[in-house]
Amino acid sequence: MLRVDALSKTYATGDKALDDVSFTVEAGQVVGLIGPSGAGKSTLIRCVNRLVEPTSGSVHLNDEAITGLSRKHLGQMRRRIGMIFQEYALVERLTVMENVLSGRLGYVSFWRSFMRRYPAEDVQQAFALLDRVGLVQHANKRADALSGGQRQRVGIARALEQNPELLLVDEPTASLDPKTSRLIMRLIVEICSERNLPAIINIHDVVLARQFTQRIIGLQEGRVVFDGAPNELDDSVLTRIYGEEDWTDIEGARSEESAEDDVSEA
Amino acid sequence: MNITENSGVSHLRWQHRTGVQRLALWVGWLLLVAFTVYCWQVMTESTIWAFVADAPRQAADLGSRMVPPKWSYINVLWVPLWHTLNIATLGTMIGVAIAIPVAFLAARNTTPSRFFVRPIALFIIVASRSINSLIWALLLVSIIGPGVLAGVVAIGIRSIGFVAKLLYEAIEETDTAQIEAVTATGASRSQVVNYGILPQIMPSIYGISVFRWDINIRESTILGLVGAGGIGRQLQASLNVLAWPQVTLIFIVILATVVVSEWISAKVRHAII
Repeated sequence: MLRVDALSKTYATGDKALDDVSFTVEAGQVVGLIGPSGAGKSTLIRCVNRLVEPTSGSVHLNDEAITGLSRKHLGQMRRRIGMIFQEYALVERLTVMENVLSGRLGYVSFWRSFMRRYPAEDVQQAFALLDRVGLVQHANKRADALSGGQRQRVGIARALEQNPELLLVDEPTASLDPKTSRLIMRLIVEICSERNLPAIINIHDVVLARQFTQRIIGLQEGRVVFDGAPNELDDSVLTRIYGEEDWTDIEGARSEESAEDDVSEA
Repeated sequence: MNITENSGVSHLRWQHRTGVQRLALWVGWLLLVAFTVYCWQVMTESTIWAFVADAPRQAADLGSRMVPPKWSYINVLWVPLWHTLNIATLGTMIGVAIAIPVAFLAARNTTPSRFFVRPIALFIIVASRSINSLIWALLLVSIIGPGVLAGVVAIGIRSIGFVAKLLYEAIEETDTAQIEAVTATGASRSQVVNYGILPQIMPSIYGISVFRWDINIRESTILGLVGAGGIGRQLQASLNVLAWPQVTLIFIVILATVVVSEWISAKVRHAII
């Protein structure tokens, strides 16, 4: 369970990115974080594992405080939090296997990681994860030899190699085509339910967010302006998050979805 | 809608440069021309025109004494040439080995302290670069005596600054997303360097090293002039006794070596990129 309390972040430039943000995410819950560019979505998930240092407020993972940890303990905390990135953020010149194994860096000594002598069970788990995401035959390829969708699946395997207790996902589909985006979102959601993992997914695409998440938090200028179920996300809420616009396309997608649901239920 | 008539911005004029910028540009060109004229004047004042007039005849005279090259002298040159290659190669290795840590201390994103360690690292880089390897060799010959070792150390010291400067710029240009991703796994600082930064700068390390090795081959050919071993000693000896056909052969050998080293350097860099 993740608990965020009164989190605020003001950058050195004076920009207030987050303003008194509070919420909790239960185990197994997948939360979509939506909002316009610059609303603080990236800052928020980076404040959770303190890649960005919050100005005030607190973050707890399973009742252990993340905020206030010393540098050394922060490293031990970060290895419990898997992160998946926009543009994949794989180390391009390392192999797929090295990228996945880098999920164990927090657990092995520098010398072992330098010599690439990981414990056998770590390697076994990496193979199992690559098999799970369908890339086991590419283990020895360099990361930059893969396509976008394949790279993102390596990114997912790297995060899972940590055996995380929480997933932070930053715009996982921003550089992928619509079909691959859906495959990646489905994979992330399936994995979260398999492992009962809580996850926060930053996402630009409202239709995708509604299709794949169980709960949506809307950020606007660093404040939470919506927190509820995907089907509560109507015209007025979208206007509250993004500003005035004709939302009929997204509304149309919503009614089609519910129609499909009706059919499947019937 | 007719844009030019109906919009309210027709009074606006766009200019590439403001008036002040144009004036500054004009003054800049004026100063450059004035400076050129002045330098030309200084140069012609200290020239003895009788010598210049004589130049074609002198050149022809020297040229006639330099050909043909004394090909048999090549047997004396093999060992010094081998020394020259060793000076360049060992010197480059020493230089790179020291330059890598210096570069990490100098790069803004990896230095342990911007206000204390980074200035020291930058000073090492500047000090190494500001003194020519011939001068380093001169100093080292008087410190550790004449011979190949002085040449190796001179080339090594001179290489540190060059390699470290290019390398720290490469470190500063690394992709932060990859570094962030490695940090997010809970990796230690040294692991972040090993996994996040090093793979990104490996092509630079190879490329810069080979480039510097290629430069060092050229520099090490003249170190012998001050007693630091290699083919330069033969060059100096031949010059001292006015053995021009030998000098010609040494020039040819140096040229051939440099061409080969440039070719190797180009091939290696091409293979990396």
